[in-house]
This record gives sequence, C-alpha cells and structure tokens, in this order.
Amino acid sequence: MTTALFAAAAVQDRTALWMFLAFVAATLVITYFSARRSSGASAYFAAGRRITGWQNGLAVAGDYMSAASFLGIAGMIATNGYDGFMYSVGFLVAYLTVLYIVAEPLRNAGKYTMADVLAYRLRPRPVRAAASVSTLTVSIFYMIAQMVGAGVLVRQLIPGVSYEVAVVGVGVLMVVYVVFGGMLATTWVQIIKAVLLVSGSLFLSVLVLQQYQFDLGRFFSSLTAIESTGPNGEKIVRNFLTPGLVFTNPWDQISLGMALMLGTAGLPHILIRFYTVPDAKTARASVVWAMVIIGLFYIMTTFFGFGAASLLGPDYVLSHGGTNMAAPELARKLGGEVFFAFISAVAFATILAVVAGLTISASTSFAHDFFTNVIHHGKEHRPGEEVLVARITAFAVGALSIIIAIVLGPGVNVAFLVGLAFAVAASANLPVLVFSIFWKRFNTAGAVAGLSTGLVASILLIAVGPDFLKDQALFPLKNPALLSIPIGFAGAILGTLFSKEIPSEDKFTELTVRANTGLGAEKATEH
Amino acid sequence: MSNPSAAPEPPSPDWNAIARDPAFSVLVRRKLRLVVPATVFFLIYYFALPVGVGWFPELMNRKVWGDANLAYLFALSQFGMAWLLALVYVLAASGWDRAERALLEKFGHGEGH
Repeated sequence: MTTALFAAAAVQDRTALWMFLAFVAATLVITYFSARRSSGASAYFAAGRRITGWQNGLAVAGDYMSAASFLGIAGMIATNGYDGFMYSVGFLVAYLTVLYIVAEPLRNAGKYTMADVLAYRLRPRPVRAAASVSTLTVSIFYMIAQMVGAGVLVRQLIPGVSYEVAVVGVGVLMVVYVVFGGMLATTWVQIIKAVLLVSGSLFLSVLVLQQYQFDLGRFFSSLTAIESTGPNGEKIVRNFLTPGLVFTNPWDQISLGMALMLGTAGLPHILIRFYTVPDAKTARASVVWAMVIIGLFYIMTTFFGFGAASLLGPDYVLSHGGTNMAAPELARKLGGEVFFAFISAVAFATILAVVAGLTISASTSFAHDFFTNVIHHGKEHRPGEEVLVARITAFAVGALSIIIAIVLGPGVNVAFLVGLAFAVAASANLPVLVFSIFWKRFNTAGAVAGLSTGLVASILLIAVGPDFLKDQALFPLKNPALLSIPIGFAGAILGTLFSKEIPSEDKFTELTVRANTGLGAEKATEH
Repeated sequence: MSNPSAAPEPPSPDWNAIARDPAFSVLVRRKLRLVVPATVFFLIYYFALPVGVGWFPELMNRKVWGDANLAYLFALSQFGMAWLLALVYVLAASGWDRAERALLEKFGHGEGH
C-alpha cells in the first residue's frame, strides 16, 4: 500500500523534477559563461551596463513576478473571486511611479545602488549607512518570505523533496548565481524565468478560455454562481465577480495600495536593475517592456484564477493542497500531468530567480554602500576588493536565510514579510529618494531621519498589527503604509528643518543637471 | 557606442552654466508639466478602485457588459490606463531627448561625450 503510493508519487514528481533540473542546468551554463566574461566592478554589479531595453524589461518583470503573485493571487481569485483581481491591479499601476518619477534620474545620477543618488549632495557616510540598513532589511525580509514559500511549495509540487532540502537547494543555487555570475547571470536567470512564466500562464489561460469556446460572455456567466461549502458545512452560492467577498475593511486595501504605489519605486532589487542598461533612455524602455509583460501576466492570473473557481470549484482547490495549488491543479486538470509538472517547475524557477535578485541587491548595497563608502571612505584599498566583499556577503546572506528559513519552519505565516518589504520601501526609501532629487533644502539629517523613522515605523506598526496581535491589535491594518508613509515623509521633513546644515547649492545644481540631461552618467563598458 | 578611455569628456562640465541656460529650465518645466498632473491623475484613478469597491458597492456591482460588472471592468481599465500613460510618457520623453541633446551640444558635450 505505502510502496504503491510512493511509486505513484515518484512517477509524477520525476517530470517536474526533470523539468526543474533542466532549468537549473541552463542557468548554471549561463552562470559559467557570465563568470568567464565578467571582470571588474561594473561588470559584476551592473552587468557592464550592456543589457538591452527588452532584456532588462523581462528581468525587471522577472524580479517582480514572484511565486506569491503567480500562485497566491490565482489561489485568492479561485477561492474568493474578484478581490484577488483587485489586489493584483496595484502591482502594475505602481510601475507608473517607477517610470514617471525614479527610473531616469536614478540611472542618470547613480552608479550601483539607490544610495548613490542620496549620497550625491549629502554627507555620504551617515546617508549610505542608513540606506544600507534599509536595503538589507527590505531584501532579507522579502527573501525569507520567498525561502519559506519555496520550501512549502516544493513539498507539494515535487513530492519526495522535503522542506529542508528545498530551502537548502534554493539557497545554494542563488548563492552560486550571485557569487560566480554576478549581475549578468542573475539578469539572464530572470529573463529565462520571465519567459517561462509568461508562456506557462499564456498556455494555461488559453486552455481555460477554450473550455468556454473563447466566449468571454460565457466565461463571466459561469462565475456568477460559484458553489462552495460555508464555515458550518452549509452550501453557499456566490457571484465571484462581486467585490468584498474577502476584503471587508476598505482601509486595508487603501493602505496596501499606498505601499504598492510608493513602495515599488523604492524596492532596491528593482532599482539596481536600471544600472544594468547603457543609459536613461534604455532604462525608460525597459520599464515600458516590464509594464507590458507584468500587465499581461496579471490579466492572465484572472483567467486561471477565475478558471480554477469555475472549473475546479473553491472546495476542490481547498481540499487539493490549498490556495497555492490552484494554478498547478488547474493545469493538471486541463493539460495533464506533464503540464502540471511544467507549471510546478515554473513556480520553483520563479522563486529561485527572485531570491537571486534579492541576494545581489543585498550584497551590492553592503559592499558598495557600507564596506567601500562607509568603512573605507569611498576608496578601495585593493583593486577588486568591493567585488570580493560582495561575493562574501552574498554567501553570508544565503547561509543566513537558509538557517532562518529552516528555524522558522514551514508552518510560519510569512505573507506579512512581503507587505513589510513594500512598506519599508515606500516609507523609508521613496521619501528620501524623491526629496534628494527634487528638494533643494533637503539635507543629511533629513535623509537619515526619513530612512530611520520610515523603517522603524513600518516594523513597529506591523509588530502591533493584526498579523501578530490578532484581536488585540493596537494598529488595525495589515499593511502599515497608510500611517508609516506619512511618518517617513514627516521624519525626512522635520529632520531637514531641525538641522542647521545647509547643503551645497552647487551640488544640488549638479545633481539636477545630471538627473535631467544624463551628462556624466556612468557608461557601458567595453567587452 | 561607448568609448570609455579614448575620448575623455571635458574634465568637469560647468554644471552651473548649464543650469542657468534658459533651455535647461524650459526642459525641466516641460517635464514637470507632464509628470505632476499625470502622477496626480494615476493616483486618483487607482485609488478610486478601492474607494469605489469599499464604499460604493451597489454602484460597482452594476452589470455593464453581460455578467461583467463595473467593478471588474474598472479594475481591467486600470491596465489600459497604465499602458496608455506609459505610451504618453515615452512619446513625451522622445521630445525631451531632442531638447536635451541640443542643450548638451551647445555646451560641447554632444554625442559620444
């Protein structure tokens, strides 16, 4: 009996495992060639600034479309309908903030990190130290969420691989990409993953629509009466196009929306992508490419999310691995075991690529901002030292997140960590980034105060919020952005006004000219 | 193409002179004239969705096209809005690029600077 069960599991898991191993093999080949090609700091941290617009667009999209959005949103729509779709809208609209406000000035005025722009006209050491702390916080929180998610998913997607094995596997691979292949390898891992994810989603959406003879009217009609079992075992019929089936407090949505709108443009692993292209014009093109891909992807999540609701039903989804498995289970039903395996492998590849992107952003910030500029006053003592420190950091970050993910275990709820990452990015990073580009009077104390109040406010409000204190929550909203963003801005403004430091006007003029014209921007390197 | 060592750019551009040039302030103002209203617009358009869904559920539940209700179509329209504003930005920015090149030529930092 048990042997038969294991044998059956072994047959299905092998396809997913082989597909995943093929992805790993391809990415390792890329890492090998990247490692041979790249030398020097610009090659390691910014892929030599030679990535093209569409490539970077795919990579930005790859960095952004995490397993949480692929599996999580599909599952949310499959079990509760419309609200899951509303949740996904903000992820695309947020890129308008990136496009309109940060991408080009950042590319024009910076070198490797967000702090390059902040430190331009302020006293570099305190500003970089604070920015580095906030970058590391965002990256590591986000990464732990991904690692725990990876471990949990893999147990379901590839039976026979345990939580610990999955976490260690993901951790080791991301360290290999980042330590040996640097930004170039990480970028190509993202590109391949984005292509796989989008084609998998497209195929799944087509299979769903085929069930309705590609008639959208029929598709929507099928969603108006979805049967499921209520909390007391009674049958309930709900219209899945009706809003408010799961999000009952609108303030939660407003707060989350604020975290997305302002946080995306402050996520360090997205921002450093704009340094991998030759100039601001290409950075602009890459945001547009990313917006096309991300938009299509989130529209497709509604097809397979709603598809799972109507073709499988919420009860089936909840009894077959829970919300995260809605998309893979739908793939199994419509496309058979091979397609299930493909979607599973894509989900795993997604996690792997996102953690690699986070690792390189953490290690770049530590090496460039903290080690070189804070400890060593902006000078490398030996050539190649900065890259060496980044490699060691990547290794340490990898080891640390493997340990934390294993200690926390598969049972911990990590959804709040992603919300926290966006909240910190929106409350600490974005106010300071915007002020340093646009506000002449802004000074060092303002930057340090803005970064630290935004960071501390986000963490404290989450700690006293419903995720931790349940019914006794002192702060009622799941995402702290509604309050922590104003606090971050206020910190930056008050810090500036209370400090007597008057920043150099010439430096502000220089930054404005650089940001607006691209004069003196970092160039692409030769082969 | 990039040319890092062969043609070093003039040692230090005169940032203040460029900033004082009327063409530069015209360029900056042209950018702000699009960026500020567009940002205000997309923030309002986006937050209208959670506000509408949260506080005006009957309105958002109204069927507009077959069984598709306003809530769904409004959410979908956000994608179109985002893509449209991205297109507007790209078109406007290609005009900025031309003004920027002309300005830099004037100060001797032309192509391949």
